[in-house]
Amino acid sequence: MAKLTLKERFKKSTSGSGESAKAGKFATSIFRPGSPFRKGYTDSPRNRSYVVMNNVLYHLHPVKVKRHGVRLSYTLCLGGMSFFLFIVLTITGIWLMFYFRPTEMAYADIQALQTSVAFGSLVRNMHRWGAHLMVLVVFLHMSRVFYHGAYKAPREFNWVIGVILLFLTLFLSFTGYLLPWDQLAIWAVTVGGNMASYTPVFGAQIKFGLFAGLEATTATLLRFYVLHVLFFPFIIVIFMAIHFWRVRKDGGISGPL
Amino acid sequence: MVDIPEHLLLRSAEARAKALGISVEQALSEMKGESTPTVVEEEPEVIEVELVTPPEAEVPAPVETPVVEEVKAEAPAPVETPVVEEVKAEAPAPVEVEAPAPTKAAAPAPAKADTPEEVEFAPEVKVTQRLLTVVKAKPIQKAASEPVDKVNTWPHLMLPEFISLMVMMAFLIILSAILQAPLLEEANPNITPNPAKAPWYFLGLQEALSYWDPQIAGVMIPLVIGLIGFAAIPYIDRNKENNPSKRKYAIMMYTFFLAGAGTLTIIGVLFRGPGWNWTYPWIDGIWFDDLLDWINFE
Repeated sequence: MAKLTLKERFKKSTSGSGESAKAGKFATSIFRPGSPFRKGYTDSPRNRSYVVMNNVLYHLHPVKVKRHGVRLSYTLCLGGMSFFLFIVLTITGIWLMFYFRPTEMAYADIQALQTSVAFGSLVRNMHRWGAHLMVLVVFLHMSRVFYHGAYKAPREFNWVIGVILLFLTLFLSFTGYLLPWDQLAIWAVTVGGNMASYTPVFGAQIKFGLFAGLEATTATLLRFYVLHVLFFPFIIVIFMAIHFWRVRKDGGISGPL
Repeated sequence: MVDIPEHLLLRSAEARAKALGISVEQALSEMKGESTPTVVEEEPEVIEVELVTPPEAEVPAPVETPVVEEVKAEAPAPVETPVVEEVKAEAPAPVEVEAPAPTKAAAPAPAKADTPEEVEFAPEVKVTQRLLTVVKAKPIQKAASEPVDKVNTWPHLMLPEFISLMVMMAFLIILSAILQAPLLEEANPNITPNPAKAPWYFLGLQEALSYWDPQIAGVMIPLVIGLIGFAAIPYIDRNKENNPSKRKYAIMMYTFFLAGAGTLTIIGVLFRGPGWNWTYPWIDGIWFDDLLDWINFE
């Protein structure tokens, strides 16, 4: 066995990965050392790790995952889909905010959006169907986790976070429901608000706080708008961060069964 | 028996050769048990070196000291020549033999061999050295979990993820291109539609409200069962098994819940008409405006 110095060994292990300066100085300043964008990619375990480690989004993932966990039939990708739908909803939602005023003009704005804004109708549809889909997918994700017994130790608390995320998703969807300011929106929210008013002791106060008054008015619209575009997204992002972090800290994906 | 790497063996042989004044090949063959080991005439004192904690463990008792791990079964030193034992696993190149300072501190004859070229570090002791063992690099603590079968995230996880993400995106765009989101007349607090329905995910609740007291259906179910009950599931279900056949009760309960919630929601969406009366969607149509365009889709 030939003796190699550390330097020689390092050279040997990195040769063939095209570390010859592919990227210029500017690109080098963007990508971290070891990034495949900086030194090129040839398939090797080392470079496979670098792909994950050197990208802020990818490194939500660990470098390696359990083999059974990558089977699509195990997770059905439901958690990832929930997150992806949330991102789609954030992007389309920000886009919609350009054309929407949470005032008496709300309904006219939606009409104008659908008729005279390029892709306005498509983006609105994506936001609405995506929201329904997200409620569904989050619920399915919870069911998947339950049937796999994935809430058991040490993942108990992450399940609690997940239940909170489900309710935040429902609140997000519910507050968004009012924003088109049509008959469907106002009466669905009225029904929902009446349900909340059955809360013992504080029922009336909860409804008053939710509606900013005794019934759904434009004040309610503004309130729901702020809750929908700022408050709940802010909260849900915090809980999502904890949720993802705990997935890894609690030992990655559960199972195998 | 630990398989000693060739270069460590060689290094050890070099040290032994230097100490005994024999050739390296000779020492090597002795260590491999191919030739009889060189016997040193003088009787040295035994220096005992404990492998784990060198400074404290120096026991000058002559022969029987059970502490040292005798892994090297070959190189059987004769009984009448006690061998000075040194931890050679990471001994440096044979030039600086004075390097193992902690072991030397344990020697009873405190001969300070400060001069580097002087190999003999205890004048009256003829030093023989041999490789005791190679300590494999492993954690001090034993890991609680067994190693599991893992694959690289890239590409084995990220590629399927990316594909399903694209499929979902395509599905959403196509859905949004075909199905128009509902937009009824402008909100008017003075005109109450009949029936007034909540969003579909609350329609199971609304349906339950038509059976039970609102305090129960409107508050107990969503808050106590929905939020607190669900969040408490892992603390109620202390069964550690996650194999479905060993947690039939939990699965049964959840499936009952799913079936119940699903049934209530479907009834609320499809089978309730004006005055919250029972209607059949195939006779009376669907009284749920959120789905209008799903039904009128041509």
